[in-house]
Amino acid sequence: MSNIILKMDSISKSFDGKAILSDFDLEIRRNEFVTLLGPSGCGKSTILRIIGGFVRPDKGRVLFEGKDITALPPEKRNVNTVFQKYSLFPHMNVEENIAFGLKLKKKSPEYIRDKVQYALNLVNLEGYEKRDTLSLSGGQQQRVAIARAIVNEPELLLLDEPLGALDLKLRHGMQRELIKIKQEVGITFLYVTHDQEEALMMSDRIIVMNKGIIQQAGDSKSIYDEPQNAFVADFIGESNIIGALMVKDLLVRIQGVDIPCVDTGFGENVPVDVVIRPEDIEIVPENMGYINGRVMSVIFKGAYYEIKVQSEDFSWQVQSVNPAPVGEMVGMTVLPDNIQIMHKPASEDEEVVKDE
Amino acid sequence: MKRFKDIISGIYIGFIAVLLYAPILVLIVESFNSSRSRVTWGGFTLSWYVKLFNNNQILEAFITTVLLAFGSAAIAILIGVPGALGIHAMGRKRYKTMMALTNIPMLNADIVTGIALMLWFVHFIPLSFGSVLLAHISFNIPYVILSVMPRIQQMNVSIYEATRDLGAGPVYAFFHVLLPELLPGILSGFFMAFTLSMDDFVITYFTKGAGVNTLSTMIYGQIKKGIKPEMYALSTLIFVLVSLLLSIGTGISAKKEH
Ligand SMILES: Nc1ncnc2c1ncn2[C@@H]1O[C@H](COP(=O)(O)OP(=O)(O)OP(=O)(O)O)[C@@H](O)[C@H]1O
Ligand SMILES: [Mg+2]
Repeated sequence: MSNIILKMDSISKSFDGKAILSDFDLEIRRNEFVTLLGPSGCGKSTILRIIGGFVRPDKGRVLFEGKDITALPPEKRNVNTVFQKYSLFPHMNVEENIAFGLKLKKKSPEYIRDKVQYALNLVNLEGYEKRDTLSLSGGQQQRVAIARAIVNEPELLLLDEPLGALDLKLRHGMQRELIKIKQEVGITFLYVTHDQEEALMMSDRIIVMNKGIIQQAGDSKSIYDEPQNAFVADFIGESNIIGALMVKDLLVRIQGVDIPCVDTGFGENVPVDVVIRPEDIEIVPENMGYINGRVMSVIFKGAYYEIKVQSEDFSWQVQSVNPAPVGEMVGMTVLPDNIQIMHKPASEDEEVVKDE
Repeated sequence: MKRFKDIISGIYIGFIAVLLYAPILVLIVESFNSSRSRVTWGGFTLSWYVKLFNNNQILEAFITTVLLAFGSAAIAILIGVPGALGIHAMGRKRYKTMMALTNIPMLNADIVTGIALMLWFVHFIPLSFGSVLLAHISFNIPYVILSVMPRIQQMNVSIYEATRDLGAGPVYAFFHVLLPELLPGILSGFFMAFTLSMDDFVITYFTKGAGVNTLSTMIYGQIKKGIKPEMYALSTLIFVLVSLLLSIGTGISAKKEH
């Protein structure tokens, strides 16, 4: 059996004449936790709905374990979905909701009872069998939705922003639980979110999208440390993104100052974009660093200070464990390793560069 | 000051209610008036009602009216509900166009609809109960679509999709999930269609052909010979029936809101 469980092969889809996906490709390996990450409206749900069978693509194929399932209705696919909106059946209690799929498959009552118990255990809702779904909190409702999907033992579980409606604290707890559930049931997860922290924390592989196009795919570390373009850099956490000149290999000119870096192969005197993470900049006394600037503001964020340093027409964001004197001139340094060089987009439109 | 405002608005609403319902009240009172004269009260009687129920012509018209209302409302539901689902699934432009087309028959003057349908029918079928039924179905469909559409829009599509996702076919999902969700809209559409059909005179008049009579066309025919008090009794019964149906209809949709 091939290790690729799902493949989307040059899928295109438009709504009302507006192209949402064009020639979209995606491969998911067995047992992976893949996250689709992108801003609202970029087509994440549409991708899940095509895989789930609720939207028919205009063009392209969906292959599940090598078989073409593009024309298969949802009930014939070995895939289950946890929906973005609450989708529990309002006139059934928790137990009936979870048992729904198994009853349709005509499983024996004993099997169903065991499965429901197992699933309730898994999502930490023991004893909630008879509860009315409307009396549950948002977090509990989504747990039931997850349990309801998992009892069917799908090969692939699609989760469309399942934690989107929960408050921050609950969300963090549920993230950890989801990872635990994933490890226990051994199902492949395709997860959708627009929260980059969530994606970084949970995924084996992140696929960053914008406007229906994959911007970058990779594990959390490579996405965070080596964004391949300005969109990814900007979307994944806060960043300083500034235009610069690649003087030659290993040397980049930022704000007129030549600074050593580790990148090669861009050519000589080529305009580039540079990404430097706020936590990678170190504040030093004036003239002791590469670039000087005036401290405009210092905000204590609990674990660190967020410092804004104005240099010429660029406002640098710095995160530091030490505060800096507001209004004073300071210097800034950065290690060569922490400078990420990216090709400049050729045009505005190409800010959406295709990955590969 | 506030009390003064309350009193004024109370009087205003009372005044309007009197204007709206006084004529009907007079009608109801007259139906129990034993004097044939319309200006003197001759004492309470139920004899007009007795006469009414002994009049075969009236009973026949009543049965026709109810059959027509029931049949046209039911068939309009069968056509209108799938129609509304289909229109809802259309793209934005086509949705707007279809909804505009749906609105036209409702705004159109009855006389125009009636004559147009008659001209159309005489080419294909004899004017009879069948042609009136077709006419009533056609003017009922837009009302059904209009009362179901808000329910479709409010509906949580995820619940339908979850049903399919968990292994149910489209037919099962339709009857177990979609239909129960849409039921209040369907019922209020049905009651609206039923009362509209009972109410209609103009379109029925033009499409009925000889020999077929609903209550309204029959009353109209009788009026030419002078109004008999039975007609007051009949109108009173129609009014009570229609109000009853309407309050059941709104009761159902109000209950579902909570
Ligand atoms: N059935 C539909 N009819 C018309 N337009 C649609 C339909 N479904 C999605 N769209 C449009 O397609 C685009 C992508 O929608 P999609 O739901 O995939 O976005 P998303 O990335 O999931 O966003 P969000 O984070 O807000 O859920 C949006 O502009 C949306 O308006
Ligand atoms: Mg979405």
